Amino acid sequence: MDIFEIIGPIMVGPSSSHTAGAVRIGLVARKLLARPPVRAELLLHGSFAATGRGHGTDRALVAGLLGFEPDDTRIPDSFVYAKEAGLDFRFDTVELRDAHPNSVLLRLWAEPDGKPMEVVGASIGGGRIEIREFNGIKLRFSAEAPTLIVKNRDNPGSVADVSYLISRRSINIATFQVNRSSRGGEAVMVIECDTPIRQELITAIRSMPDIVDAVGINP
Amino acid sequence: MIFASVTNLLSAAEKSGLPLWECILRHSAEESGIDPAASRARMRKCLDAMREADASYDPQQRSRSTLVGGQAEKMRLQAEAGRSISGEFIGRILAGALRMGECNACMHRIVAAPTAGACGVLPAVLLPYAEKYGTSDEELVNALYIASGFGCVIAQRASISGAEAGCQAEIGSASAMAAAALVYLHGGTPEQMANAVAIALKNLMGLACDPVAGLVEVPCVKRNAIGAMNALTAAELALAGISSAIPADEVIDAMRQVGLSLPGALRETGKGGIAAAPTAMRFAASFFG
Repeated sequence: MDIFEIIGPIMVGPSSSHTAGAVRIGLVARKLLARPPVRAELLLHGSFAATGRGHGTDRALVAGLLGFEPDDTRIPDSFVYAKEAGLDFRFDTVELRDAHPNSVLLRLWAEPDGKPMEVVGASIGGGRIEIREFNGIKLRFSAEAPTLIVKNRDNPGSVADVSYLISRRSINIATFQVNRSSRGGEAVMVIECDTPIRQELITAIRSMPDIVDAVGINP
Repeated sequence: MIFASVTNLLSAAEKSGLPLWECILRHSAEESGIDPAASRARMRKCLDAMREADASYDPQQRSRSTLVGGQAEKMRLQAEAGRSISGEFIGRILAGALRMGECNACMHRIVAAPTAGACGVLPAVLLPYAEKYGTSDEELVNALYIASGFGCVIAQRASISGAEAGCQAEIGSASAMAAAALVYLHGGTPEQMANAVAIALKNLMGLACDPVAGLVEVPCVKRNAIGAMNALTAAELALAGISSAIPADEVIDAMRQVGLSLPGALRETGKGGIAAAPTAMRFAASFFG
């Protein structure tokens, strides 16, 4: 039990789930994209869709996409800052299957005409979040620990290759998930570590066979 | 686990020979693997952020729904003009609670304690108390540790989420935490803090979470005022040597049971209680229409 979950977080109101959590979802999505987004579609589900406007969920999500933290006083004016940053965004609602009531589907573009990245994030209470889906693959992580997300072709050996590279750097793995879209298709590893993930490790993982992409996010 | 019960919390402090606040600080720092000095600096930041939030109030501002804003200023003027029934100190507490609640609704930076919706309760009692009694910031930080220690027990044994257990878990928990902090600041014993926690929680037991249109505005902002007054009441009784007939741990467990038996309509869905009143429904329809 962390006492700073009782006194704290320091955050822009009004709601830890609908505002602070929404900022964090945007922020984690930006980190997953690994570049500033230039275009975004934000599809609100459930309670986010129903009461999001009054809670500033819309402005909070955009603030996160701009890289603002949940205590950033610029959050209420994030739409203005988005314009300055050249982020073109659009809101809509969506009915997601089996999703948490406070969920959003984010479609993000790093280049205006490229292929978008898709993330489903859920705000699960007290400002804590979970990423539940990444480019169509179901997974689950909180982004509270340093997390590696590795996309690979579902061939034998990839998990061993990646864990070898991690162990060589004396990084302790806290949790390890493997999720795939179909047998022999695209798979995603989610690896939570005890120490921050450096770019050098990401580069090493990307150079391995069958690895499509790798991204590391540090809290 | 010292936060598993109020009994554990008090006996851990007694065994260690440390003041309760220090026992909470050391234990929590060790558990999260951070340096005690870093923990203290972070708590100090929370205190500073409470003051900054209080100072950020703008009487002209309205929330996005327009339901909230300007009320704290009315209370402040009433208290300062000497027209408050119960005097300036109480008037300031009421104004402070409303001010923070309104700041939260208007998207200012606040300190969740334990939640954003209940963020007004602790600062509303701590800041006027410190001004009246000349309390140092160091003592206020200690009081925040006391509040967080009891808050941890409530979070673990019951809940601090309105969606899970109703407003009793948000304003009720905040009120219990603030009551313990007040007892500490006024020189009370850990047993008296535990009694204050029990009394505060009993007084707000069963409180529904029924926000109009699902927004943290009505009745949330004004409930911060009653949470603050209830904290003061519980602290006064406990400091007078009045004990709770039911021990704090059993009260927390009862609160959990009440929370579990609350229907979904009364757990932050905006569908029952005040949220289901005809005026509330009309408002929700026009706002979201």
